[in-house]
Amino acid sequence: MNVFAGLICHELRLALRQGADTALVLGFFVLAIVLFPLGVGPEPELLRRIGPGIIWTAALLAALLSLDRLFRVDYEDGSLELIALSSLPLEFAALAKCAAHWLMAGLPLVVASPFLALLVDIRPRAIPVLVLSLLLGTPGLSLVGGVAAALTLGARRQGILLALLVLPLYVPSLIFGAGASEAAARADLLLLAAFSLGALALAPWAAAAALRQALE
Amino acid sequence: MRYNSAMASRISRFANPGRFLQVSRRLLPWCGALAVLLILVGLYLALFVAPADYQQGEAVRIMYVHVPAAWMALNIYFFLALASGVALVAKHPLADVAAQAAAPVGAAFTFVCLVSGSLWGRPMWGAWWVWDARLTSVLVLFFLYLGYIALVDAFDDPTRGARAGALLALVGVVNLPIIKFSVDWWNTLHQPASVMRLGGPSIYVSMLVPLLVMTAGFAMLFLALLLLRMRSLLFERRARALRINGPAIEGAARRTDGGALSGANW
Amino acid sequence: MSGAAAFFAMGGYARYVWPAYGIAFLTLGGLALRSWLRHRASRKALDALDRRAGAREGAR
Repeated sequence: MNVFAGLICHELRLALRQGADTALVLGFFVLAIVLFPLGVGPEPELLRRIGPGIIWTAALLAALLSLDRLFRVDYEDGSLELIALSSLPLEFAALAKCAAHWLMAGLPLVVASPFLALLVDIRPRAIPVLVLSLLLGTPGLSLVGGVAAALTLGARRQGILLALLVLPLYVPSLIFGAGASEAAARADLLLLAAFSLGALALAPWAAAAALRQALE
Repeated sequence: MRYNSAMASRISRFANPGRFLQVSRRLLPWCGALAVLLILVGLYLALFVAPADYQQGEAVRIMYVHVPAAWMALNIYFFLALASGVALVAKHPLADVAAQAAAPVGAAFTFVCLVSGSLWGRPMWGAWWVWDARLTSVLVLFFLYLGYIALVDAFDDPTRGARAGALLALVGVVNLPIIKFSVDWWNTLHQPASVMRLGGPSIYVSMLVPLLVMTAGFAMLFLALLLLRMRSLLFERRARALRINGPAIEGAARRTDGGALSGANW
Repeated sequence: MSGAAAFFAMGGYARYVWPAYGIAFLTLGGLALRSWLRHRASRKALDALDRRAGAREGAR
């Protein structure tokens, strides 16, 4: 457990020192959201209808941005092998990496979303549901993205390959997340939570298997 | 060059395919001929015998291409996942070859399903693309196929590509029911007034028989193409091994398995 | 309309039905053709390598 927490802290310290990842993710999030009204027109009625979809789509794409670096830096400088050889099972190491990704990329999106929701004219009453949907859904995005990042480790054109792999896998989260702002919010939120929990249970195993393939 | 145990394990990996190559060589012409026959009969039934729909008119004939293609697209993915599971768990040497051979065929059927669905939707609902549940699910399935093919090709080491692809296929097949469920959910959430089902009202026997014949024809075509592509992959693997390891392995192989791998039997 | 012309017109839906069947035929047929050509090429390449390996083996 100590090693696990230590790994997360190590990741966070590195990320905070660099600071680039969170800024990139947030910056992209804001930009994407700003572009939508410019593209579809400023009518409040329209924006209110598609608002949650815009926020969720932008969050998804922003989370995607920092995924390819998730394991690659450690893979290239050899520290991934050290992690694999350490006392911490590789499944937990993968989980720690995904947790760090969520803390540095997912959580900032959740925190920023209420303010950005105002940009697309989402009614203040609807904002808590939106924030909750992002809170429940983004861990799933980090976990599934982590599996894809592990699978594409060392591949040519990892960036675009990662996006191609992860797109079908993100579809359920997007549908439930964006759908949560409609009338039947509870069902969508439950499904979203179920997906994230399922990802929590299965993704570390898949990611560890992929990491072992990469390290052979 | 002395024959040692390292060579033995490498040879035993290739020894199994010898049998497959012999069997497939005999099966292949029959599968191909049966596929052509079934598809021709199916086409005749679909275009001449089957009745026009009272609502959709002659356009319903697109169904006889669209639905079997959708069925194949989905089932080939299950085959891909099954083969991948066998490759990763049982480490059968032919399993990942089967998976890699099947993927482009599945992608082709998916493409046919998408295009025929679009052409069916245009006269029916006035749009070149309709976001109904089936078409959307098949679109996502298309991306799953493309992702698999891209991943396998993305590594310089073919073994790494094969294993990564196998893992991806398993991840994909676990997610597939979730994706299908979420797309159905999404479709009911945003259901317009009219019922958007590209399936036709109900299936009569006169419509069912051409559908089944076309499906059987497509299935035979898949089998034929699978065997053909597996053979190509095995030949290419062997050629690669020969180039890398030189003639020593070939000579040792001849001595141990009595020439089962030599070209004449393939 | 004569029988053949009526058939090809497909009740007015000709420009949807025939391209659908056409693209299905082209896609699947094209895949079959490519698969067959690849099979032939790989078989030829392997035979050539086999012969060279056999010749070297015989010369030993």
